[in-house]
Amino acid sequence: MSDLEKFRADTRAWLEENCPPAMREPVRGFDDLYMGGRNPEVDHPDQQVWCQRMAERGWTVPHWPREYGGGGLNKEEAKILQQEMARIGARRPLESFGISMLGPALLKFGTEAQKQEHLPPICRGEIRWCQGYSEPNAGSDLASLQTRAEDRGDHYLINGQKVWTSYADKADWIFCLVRTDNSGSKHEGISFVLFDMASEGVTTRPIKLISGSSPFCETFFDNVRAEKRNLVGEEGKGWAIAKYLLTHEREMISGFGTAPKKSLGSVAVETYGADASGRLRNGILRHTIAQYQLDALAFGATMSRVGDEAKAGQGLGAASSIFKYYGTELNKRRNELNLAIGGEPALGWDGDVYEGGATSRDWLRSKGNSIEGGTSEVQLNIIAKRVLGLPD
Amino acid sequence: MALVLTEEQVMLKESAAGLLAEKAGVAQLRALRDADDALGFAPDVWRDIAGMGWPGIAIPESYGGLGYGYIGLGLVLEQAGRHLSPVPLQSTVLLGATLLNALGSEAQKQALLAPLAAGELHVTLALQEGPLHAPEDTALKAEADGAGYRLHGSKCLVLDALAAQQFVVIARTSGEPGDSAGLTAFLVPADAAGLTVERRSLVDARGVGALQLDAVQVPADAVLGDVDGAWDGLSRSLDIAYIGLAAELLGIASEAFERTVGYLKERKQFGKVIGSFQGLQHRAAELFAELELSRSLVLKALQAIDADDPQLPVLASAAKAKLCEVAQRATNEGIQMHGGIGMTDEYDIGFFIKRARVAQHCFGDYNYHLDRFARLSGF
Repeated sequence: MSDLEKFRADTRAWLEENCPPAMREPVRGFDDLYMGGRNPEVDHPDQQVWCQRMAERGWTVPHWPREYGGGGLNKEEAKILQQEMARIGARRPLESFGISMLGPALLKFGTEAQKQEHLPPICRGEIRWCQGYSEPNAGSDLASLQTRAEDRGDHYLINGQKVWTSYADKADWIFCLVRTDNSGSKHEGISFVLFDMASEGVTTRPIKLISGSSPFCETFFDNVRAEKRNLVGEEGKGWAIAKYLLTHEREMISGFGTAPKKSLGSVAVETYGADASGRLRNGILRHTIAQYQLDALAFGATMSRVGDEAKAGQGLGAASSIFKYYGTELNKRRNELNLAIGGEPALGWDGDVYEGGATSRDWLRSKGNSIEGGTSEVQLNIIAKRVLGLPD
Repeated sequence: MALVLTEEQVMLKESAAGLLAEKAGVAQLRALRDADDALGFAPDVWRDIAGMGWPGIAIPESYGGLGYGYIGLGLVLEQAGRHLSPVPLQSTVLLGATLLNALGSEAQKQALLAPLAAGELHVTLALQEGPLHAPEDTALKAEADGAGYRLHGSKCLVLDALAAQQFVVIARTSGEPGDSAGLTAFLVPADAAGLTVERRSLVDARGVGALQLDAVQVPADAVLGDVDGAWDGLSRSLDIAYIGLAAELLGIASEAFERTVGYLKERKQFGKVIGSFQGLQHRAAELFAELELSRSLVLKALQAIDADDPQLPVLASAAKAKLCEVAQRATNEGIQMHGGIGMTDEYDIGFFIKRARVAQHCFGDYNYHLDRFARLSGF
C-alpha cells in the first residue's frame, strides 16, 4: 500500500470513528456554521466536539504548518481528506476570518512570535477574528482611512471608527488598518495592527440592512491600547498587507456567482409552463434567463480555466478583479430573476407562508455584493489600469 | 480535462499566427477585395498553408491527416479570425473535411480525405436556402431516378463556392420541410450538368456563392451516409462548425479589442489621451471580462468535440451565441471608440466589423443559438 493509500485508509477509519452523526447532516444556512471564539454560538453540542477532535489533528486548517496548529498536509493529502469528508457528508468543523483572511496574511508577513501567538488559537477555534477596514469616509477609497494610532512607546493609542465590521459584536480580536503617519501619500502611513476587542474603549453597534438584520457592525475606538508586538509588518507599510488580504476576500465573494444546482429555466417552466416545443411560455423572460444561464456557464468555465492555468504556471492578470466584478453582477441578475420567476410569494417579507421572506431578503442582500470588498466600479478601474494599461 | 493549452498547442498557435500575419492578413484581404478577386483567396498562399498540414489538421492520420483534433483546428481558426485571413479554412477544413468524415463511407473517405488534407481538393457545404440558418427546413428536392437521383432547387451562402470541386448538398428525399428526418447528403461535382454556381458579394469580401440545381443527375454512390438519414452526421458536423466559427469570432473580437485599446492610448483630445477617460475605461474593462469568458467557453466547447462529450450540442450553441454577442459588441465599440477614422475605408477596423457580422450569421446567429441553448437546457 502506498503512503497515500495508507493515509486514505487511516483517514477514512478515523473520520468514521470520530465524526458525530449530527455533523454529517448538511449545513442549514449561514447561521448553522460553527465559528468558534471565547463565547461560541453553539446550535448543537457536537459542533464543539467535532471542532475539538479535528483541531487535535490540525485538520481544522489541514494545509497550515503543524507548528502553528495546522495539519501540515501536502496537496494530495489535503485533497484526500476533503474527499473522505465529502464521502460521509462531514461538515467543515470551523469557519472563520482567522482561517480565510488573517491566517494567510500572518503566514506571509508575520514574525515568528506573532505566528506562534495567534495561529494556534485560530486553528483550535478559540479566538474569533473580525476585520477592521472600511470607515464612514473610506469605502471604495479605502486608503483614505483616518483611524489614528498614536505612538506611546511600547503601545499605540487608537481612536476612530470602523464600519461594515462583520461580526464585530461577536469577535474576540480584530485585525485593523490604522493611520500611524499623515505626512506622506495616503497609501503610506497605514499600519496593520491586532488587538483584543475586549479592550477598554471598544464599542460596537449592529447595522440593520435593507434586507433585515445583518452581521455587520459599526465599531468605535476611544483611546484603545494596542501592543506594539502586535504590529504586523513595518509601521506605515500596512497597505501591502491590506491589499494581499483583499484578494482573498474578493475570491470568497465572487464564489457567490456560481450557478445553483437547479437551473432557473427549469424552475420557470414549473411555474409558467412550456409550449408544445418545450419552450418557456413567456419569451421575454425566457430570453433573460437564457442570457443569465449562458453567462453563468461561461463564468464557471473561466473559474476552472484560471485555476488550471495557475496550476500550469500561467496566469491571468487581475483574475480576482474580473471574478469579483462578474461574479457579483451575475449574482444580482440571478436574484432579480428569482423575483421575476417567483412572483408574489418571492416578495414576501415575513411569515411561514413566505419562508420568512428568504427570496426577497437574499435579493436585497445581493445588492451589497457588488459594493463590499471593492465595488464593481473599482474592479473595472483595476482592470482598465493594471491589465489594459490605460493611463490615469 | 484541464482547461489549459498544452505546449504543443501553444506552438501551433504561434506558428499559425506567424504564417497568417505574413501571408494572409488584412492587407491581403484588402488587395483581393480591391482587385475584385472572384475566388476570394490566393492559391499560392493556400499551398503554403497545405504545406503546414492544416487542411488535414482534424483528419485522422489513417486518412492522410495530422490527427491533431479540433482543439488544433480551433487555434488555427482563432488566428485566422485575428488576421481576417482570406483562406478557405471554414469551407474546406471546418465543414468539408468534417462532413466527409462524419457521413462518408470507408471508400469515400479513402478517396477524398487524402487529397483534401494535401490541399488539392476543395469541398464545401450547400445547406442554407432562405435568409436564415434553419437546417430542418431544407426543401431542395432529390428524387430517385433510375440508378441515381435528380436534384432540384437552390442554395445560398455557399462558402468558397467558386473554389469548390465538390459540394455536399443537403437535400430532402422524404418528409416535409421542418422534419429533421428525410434529409440526405449528396456529393455533387462542380461541373455537374444542370448546376449553376453564381458568385455573390457579401460585406466581408470573402469568396461566397449561390447554387442553382436544375435536374442535376447524380449516381447512387454520390450519397454520403444513409438515404433519409443525414441528420445525425449533419447535426454533429454543424455543432463542430458552430464551435469553429466561435473560435474565429474569438480571434476577430480579440484583435478588434486590442487595436481599439491601442488607439485609446494614442489618440489625444482635450489635451489628454482619451484612454484616461473613465467612461471609456469601464467599457473597455467590461469588454475585457467578456472576452475572457468567451475564451473559456470556446476552449471548453473545442475540448467537448475531441472528447466526444454528450454535452457537445449545448456547448456548441452556448459558444456560438456568446461569441456572436461579444464579437458584435467588440466590433461596435471598435468603430465608436476609433471615432471618425474608424468610419473610413482606409483604416482597417471596418474590415473586422464586416467579417464579424458574416461569421455571426453563418450557421446560425445569436438569436438562433441562444434559443437552441435554452431549448437544449430544458426551457
